[in-house]
Amino acid sequence: MSKRILALLMIALLALAACQRQPEVIPTVRPTITPSPMPSETPIPSVTVEATATSEATAEATAEDAEATATPSAKQVADAMLQEVVVEADGEVVIGLAAALSGEGLAPLGIDIQRGAELALAARPVVTVDGVEFTVVLDAQDDTCSADGGQAVASRFASDEQVVGVVGPMCSSACRAAAPIFDAAGYTTISPSCTAADLTTSDYSSFNRAVVSDAFQGVIAAEYIYNTLGVSRIATIHDGSPYGEGLVRVMSARFEELGGEIVAADAIAVGDTDFRGLLEDIAQEQPDLIYFAGFPAEAARIAEQRGDTGLEDVIMMGADGIRTQEFIDLAGDSAEGVLASTSIAASSEALDAFLALYVETYGEEPPAPFHANAFDATKILLDAIEATASVNAEGELVIDRAAISAHVRALADYQGLTGVLNADGTGELSVADIGISRVTEGAFVQIAIGSIDDETVVITETEQ
Amino acid sequence: MTTVERTRRVRTWRDAALDLLRNPVQLGATAILIILLVIAVYNITPQNGQPAEYQPEQFLRQLTFGLAQGSIYGLIALGYTLVYGILAMINFAHSEVFMAGAYIGFFAINATEQVGLLLTNPLLALLITLAVGMAASVVIALLLERIAYRPLRNAQRLVPLITAIGASIALQQIFLRLFGASARRYPDVNLYILPQVFPLECDVVDGARVCRGLDLISGRYDVLVFGIELRLLPIHFLVFFLALVLMTALWFYVNRTRTGKAMRAVAEDKATAALMGVDVNRVIVTTFILGALLAGAGGVLFALYNQQVTPGMGFLPGIKAFTAAVLGGIGNIPGAVFGGLFLGVVETVAPSMLGMSTQLKDVVAFGLLVLVLIFRPQGIFGEVLATKRA
Repeated sequence: MSKRILALLMIALLALAACQRQPEVIPTVRPTITPSPMPSETPIPSVTVEATATSEATAEATAEDAEATATPSAKQVADAMLQEVVVEADGEVVIGLAAALSGEGLAPLGIDIQRGAELALAARPVVTVDGVEFTVVLDAQDDTCSADGGQAVASRFASDEQVVGVVGPMCSSACRAAAPIFDAAGYTTISPSCTAADLTTSDYSSFNRAVVSDAFQGVIAAEYIYNTLGVSRIATIHDGSPYGEGLVRVMSARFEELGGEIVAADAIAVGDTDFRGLLEDIAQEQPDLIYFAGFPAEAARIAEQRGDTGLEDVIMMGADGIRTQEFIDLAGDSAEGVLASTSIAASSEALDAFLALYVETYGEEPPAPFHANAFDATKILLDAIEATASVNAEGELVIDRAAISAHVRALADYQGLTGVLNADGTGELSVADIGISRVTEGAFVQIAIGSIDDETVVITETEQ
Repeated sequence: MTTVERTRRVRTWRDAALDLLRNPVQLGATAILIILLVIAVYNITPQNGQPAEYQPEQFLRQLTFGLAQGSIYGLIALGYTLVYGILAMINFAHSEVFMAGAYIGFFAINATEQVGLLLTNPLLALLITLAVGMAASVVIALLLERIAYRPLRNAQRLVPLITAIGASIALQQIFLRLFGASARRYPDVNLYILPQVFPLECDVVDGARVCRGLDLISGRYDVLVFGIELRLLPIHFLVFFLALVLMTALWFYVNRTRTGKAMRAVAEDKATAALMGVDVNRVIVTTFILGALLAGAGGVLFALYNQQVTPGMGFLPGIKAFTAAVLGGIGNIPGAVFGGLFLGVVETVAPSMLGMSTQLKDVVAFGLLVLVLIFRPQGIFGEVLATKRA
């Protein structure tokens, strides 16, 4: 009897755990961004939820949708390969957006990306093909910054044949899980923030990114720590995600090559709250710097709990995952002095204008670093549509997925907000510089810029 | 009865060893335990003049962290154990009761910070926060009992279990929608006590030396204990002792008061208790209130030293607390707290003592649960349940 109860409890536990991990998909809200000719008049691009959008779509594709379940079958995949997106006259061109819109410490990163994409659409609400204008709408979905979330979102977009291309996913874990599904469906995705180095060496045909690879970010972080800070004993912690693990691997390799010593290397589980035991182990090795690759919630706890184990004077450094205002808010005073690297946009008048519009539209400074990348990613997709689509005899817009993919993969000298983008054929689009920032009086202040020029790393200190 | 006793042989260690050999699962578990022990011993012994991988002072420091974390598990586990003792049902939504206490407590402590009370009278502000957090937990628990459990009291055993999981997810999502996914941060609190006993943080004001005393909440002190320098946080001890005090109070309540007697009667046999004039509904409500009070207190304490609160924060501590309750023997009050402390210490100490990644701390903790249950399916302090209740 008691055995049965125990078995029951274990099953219940597993069920609970399963439910917990289930990706939370935000109900379909397709915000239509109404064109605002004078941005100053309408501060926030009025987002009207079109109740008809969903019913229209369902009515349109009942037959196909009946078969099109969450996971694309082999037949569907074959169909999709040949597929062209057909937008009827007066119809809307749908661009997918996948980013973490919920989740502890992650939502600000995702919302920042969403805003970047929204601003891109506000600046260019229509695509013009053969003299005919088609409105563009954004379908934003939550990828929860996890592998299963990425998979769910990818399946969803892949089964919705109206989605032309996708901006996102946000996290490398989601990108890696989503890429094979998008590959099979012949989609094109441009991620504004998936930085894991191996994403572009895995032969994903759908994956592109408008952000610098961690192959650069990690190297520049290592050079900065060893040469600029003059620190040679460090401890590394990652959060077990492809992003964190990959970044620490790149950084550690370079750091040891330079002659530094990794005195402790460990990983944590996302969602944990007590890292004091781990920090105690690290304190035993007396490092001069703790390098953490992960996201704000865990980073804030590590920053805070450093003090509980006597590590409060040890420098903490993170990467683009923590370079958010959220991190500072969560860590409070212990965030002071924490360093973070991130890919930065080359300064230009267009960027300044964009940032001014951002602040004007959303009433706050960008809370995370990827808004400009999202802006560029969205614009590249729109450009690809304009360059490759055609209008047929019925006035319908016909978009060839293969042509879009080819266009993005062959992008050359594209003047974006983040700098000049060039495709290298593997999905890498960006070669921007890496900025190092430090938390000073409750805000990230950029203190150095690192760039790679023919294998040599140049780090310039910009302030102080 | 006497015949049974006469015929039963006294069990010797040899019988125990033979039993072990006959049971392959227990044998395997023993082997794993021995391997773990060997690794641990290897890690704490100095090698060829090199200092040991794991130092004794490391253990002492991690022990204090583990005890504090374990006390929180223990406080939550008491709620699981109480409800199980009375209703023989696992209240999986208890983790959300804990979360609600911490989360609503945030609004209280934030309000006291806004009006300046937190600075001028931190003790009062903390008591208000604690009261609000506990009250919020009680409200949630009462709603749960009324809406999710009472209508199903006479349903099959599996039904309330499923409702509990449903209620847990529903509550979490409601909080997520109401308050957003972003974490909220408890403000830093300085509560200075006993300036006479602890002459710390002294200033000279008007020629007189004025000390502020021990900072009970945010203080960190380097103390020399047995020649080992330890960084101690008063909050860890506060949490630990508060957990013990609350547990003792609960034990007295259940074992020494009229209501406690009624609770035990209902636990024994609901129908008979009702015939004897016990108001079963009232007793069950009382049980939920008691569990929620402890969870609310645990939630606020947890937030005071971990600071971030989110709608999803209850899940992991809830699972761990449930594990702690099972470990200690579900239905047993001191067992729940002991289980919590054991789990807290093991998950903090074991990964580094065994030289494993911290990522695996849950694996270690739950692995130990499996090992303990192989030898004692009823938990460490649990009694073998009569067939009726099992």
